[in-house]
Amino acid sequence: MSSTPAAAADAPPTRLKMQGIHKRFGATYALRGVDLAVRAGEVHALIGENGAGKSTLMKVLSGAHAPDQGRMWLDDRPHRPRNPLQARNRGIAMIYQELSLAPHLSVMENIMLGIETTAGPLVRWAEMRRRATRALAEVGVDEIPVETTVRELPIAQQQLVEIARAVALQSRVLVLDEPTSSLTQQDICKLFALIRRLKAAGLAIVYISHFLEEVQEIADRYTVLRDGQTVGGGVTEEATFDQIVAMMVGRKIEDLYPRSPRRPGEVLLSVRNLAGAEKPTSATLELRRGEVFGIAGLVGAGRTELVRTVFGLDAVTSGAVRMAAYRGPISAARNWRHGAGMVSEDRKREGLAVGLSVADNVTLPRLDTVGPWRFVSPSRQHRASRPWIERLSIRCLSPGQPVHALSGGNQQKVAIARLLHADVDVLLLDEPTRGIDVGSKVEIYRRIDELAVGDAAAARPPKAVLLVSSYLPELLGVCDRIAVMCRGRLTEARPAAAWDEHQLMLAATGQEQNT
Amino acid sequence: MTRPSKPAETIDPTVRSSLWQSGWVNTLGRSLALVVVFLFFALLVEEGKFCSARNLENIVRQSAVYATAALGMTMVIIAAGIDLSIGSIIALTVVVVAWVLNLHGTVVPAEGPAQDVYLIHQWPVMLPLLAVVAGVGIGALSSLCNCATIVGLRLVPFIVTLGTMGIFRGLAKGIADERDIYPPEGTWISRIMDPTLAPWIGWLTGKSDAAPEGLGWCILPLGVWILAVAAVFAALVLRYTRLGRHMFAIGSNEETARLCGVPVGRTKITVYALAGLFAGLAGLMQFSFIDGIGQPTTAVSYELYVIAAVVIGGGSLMGGEGSILGSVIGALIITILNMGGQQMQWPKWVQEIVIGGIIIAAVTLDRLRHRRLR
Repeated sequence: MSSTPAAAADAPPTRLKMQGIHKRFGATYALRGVDLAVRAGEVHALIGENGAGKSTLMKVLSGAHAPDQGRMWLDDRPHRPRNPLQARNRGIAMIYQELSLAPHLSVMENIMLGIETTAGPLVRWAEMRRRATRALAEVGVDEIPVETTVRELPIAQQQLVEIARAVALQSRVLVLDEPTSSLTQQDICKLFALIRRLKAAGLAIVYISHFLEEVQEIADRYTVLRDGQTVGGGVTEEATFDQIVAMMVGRKIEDLYPRSPRRPGEVLLSVRNLAGAEKPTSATLELRRGEVFGIAGLVGAGRTELVRTVFGLDAVTSGAVRMAAYRGPISAARNWRHGAGMVSEDRKREGLAVGLSVADNVTLPRLDTVGPWRFVSPSRQHRASRPWIERLSIRCLSPGQPVHALSGGNQQKVAIARLLHADVDVLLLDEPTRGIDVGSKVEIYRRIDELAVGDAAAARPPKAVLLVSSYLPELLGVCDRIAVMCRGRLTEARPAAAWDEHQLMLAATGQEQNT
Repeated sequence: MTRPSKPAETIDPTVRSSLWQSGWVNTLGRSLALVVVFLFFALLVEEGKFCSARNLENIVRQSAVYATAALGMTMVIIAAGIDLSIGSIIALTVVVVAWVLNLHGTVVPAEGPAQDVYLIHQWPVMLPLLAVVAGVGIGALSSLCNCATIVGLRLVPFIVTLGTMGIFRGLAKGIADERDIYPPEGTWISRIMDPTLAPWIGWLTGKSDAAPEGLGWCILPLGVWILAVAAVFAALVLRYTRLGRHMFAIGSNEETARLCGVPVGRTKITVYALAGLFAGLAGLMQFSFIDGIGQPTTAVSYELYVIAAVVIGGGSLMGGEGSILGSVIGALIITILNMGGQQMQWPKWVQEIVIGGIIIAAVTLDRLRHRRLR
């Protein structure tokens, strides 16, 4: 971020500077030398794919993580926060996607939380009200009544309350993490107007977003992160979408993806105009036997919600789901009976019962197969899970070993073994390779390919696989067809060969129409 | 900064707090429930006995014990905690008060047999005061133990207080040597819950000859006045002090509170200390209520009645919600159900089923009301 001496004279002072930031978690490097400089009175976009290190960088800035290396300056003074509270008191305000408000308290109390005006032990309500009202007026949203309980406000207004809190604290740097992901178009316009006012008032604003269109509209300059490093940046007006996307993606597809010739058969899963409570808003797809169908999209686009709705975990508000020939009301239990199974993206909390044994986890949906009547025989559970442990080469001491003792990759294989044991025809896999090592990933790709092809000799018919992933090379390498989810809407599916990473990223960021 | 033009549709209709959700309707609804429960028994119990001055006073006396303990519990629950040891703390206080009042030694005079000399006879005013300080102090101390464990060792309040429920009960039994302590009768501390209103009315209507003496000038039992003062104090703390607002903030979203600089640990310690203080006061009342006997097995399962009172009064076990007035009303409802059931001569098991059902119904209603907020 160098500028010529002549320009430097005019340029506003650098408010925040981060230099050579490194952060390691165990063996993985989250940040490997990130530089970022934000001026007072500018909106600076921080861009990168999921996992590029944006969140980690902001956590370093806000004092949640201490950097292993590198230095930070705030208004030319060293910035080394020991905890989030200290960073906040020095003027770093973070507004996360998940808002941090106390829902039971009033707007005014939330704005003044921690900086209450008091006389002795007593709260001076009149003064609190005056200051909160002034903060709301400064962000230009004085239509929000200060007495209202925060949880009664719509999400867009809650966000404004948080921004008002940052203003009341006289923050110097405001970080907005994906602020528009849950807003309507109209609210986005209002937010942008507010951001421009705050910018004019001299705040330095870091704007994190996947949506390049928004970045183009609101940001003055940008910095791109990839794999924990700063790979580029500049003035937003001078950059094209293609240039930015190229910087974001910029890696080669490795030859990791086995793919045998597949022959799609009959439709096993059909989803028509499906809408859930919030997301998806509209999704239509057909999944055939012997096919791997990929769903791309950014975090928060509604992919997980789509899978959960299809599987009966979230409520359907409109549209239809048909699993093979069945078209009645859906529930997870019915889906298992009708030959569908799901692997959750959240392995620890939802995907597996980590305190239970491998055998328990593998046989859980089909306990009817491991005992007479309603009894469950532990020895039969073990016997039933052994072949899967061998076939998927799950490294464990015995089927009785608790799942939490296994590595992430092996845990994921247990989750998949569960579907194989239940012998389902339709496999819904949500981020099955998240957070596991490359070796296990390849094994999972190989297994997916085997399932889609089937094995006539062993009387194993082909299965249908729905694969949700944030990792584009994986989707392109494994899938036959891919559709992209963007803000709750699923695009039409195209053959994998018709996509490349660049186009997927454009579609996921809502840019497809423009190219 | 100019005020931006605001299109009408940007104001969400839910922003207007509807009357249905406002605090007043809330309290009104609970008061209404109280009236309904009362009328139910007033009409059913024969010959209007339920509305007699004596019975009304009994209801107030019994509910004062629950309500006083519920003041502290309300604060704990608002801060998203729970205290299962309240019943045991009350019993511990009762025993300690009795033990102090019962202090005595043996004097062997020059001639004649040895005599027991009770300290109370020498200090008829001071010793009960000492007993009060010891009783309330042991309540606050017990609660501080709870909190030191919860905050210091980062354990879940439910488990810690489940453990201390046994520990404090055991201590109470140990101090009393597994027997009831019978201190000398007639100390003022053992009379703070004695009926006063009914005797007054009896005297005024000429049914009895003598006006009540001693603490009779209070009109209502002294304990009820203590409750009233304590309740106003607690309500003011919750509404008008930074401490009170921090309790709500912690219960509503602890992480946010910490981020905003709320001293989370210190606030929690204060909350539990206050809860212990109120439990100690409740213990004093209980001591008088059971006729000034140091009974270590008293107040068993009071914690459940107290928690039920808070929950009926609008407290949420998830934290962030609760009101003092609501909890007091809740305590009255619980007491009326208890005493009404007894006077209807329902078997004990029916009473228990009815109270359980009412608690679940109250919480269900509350959840239904909240659903409208989403």
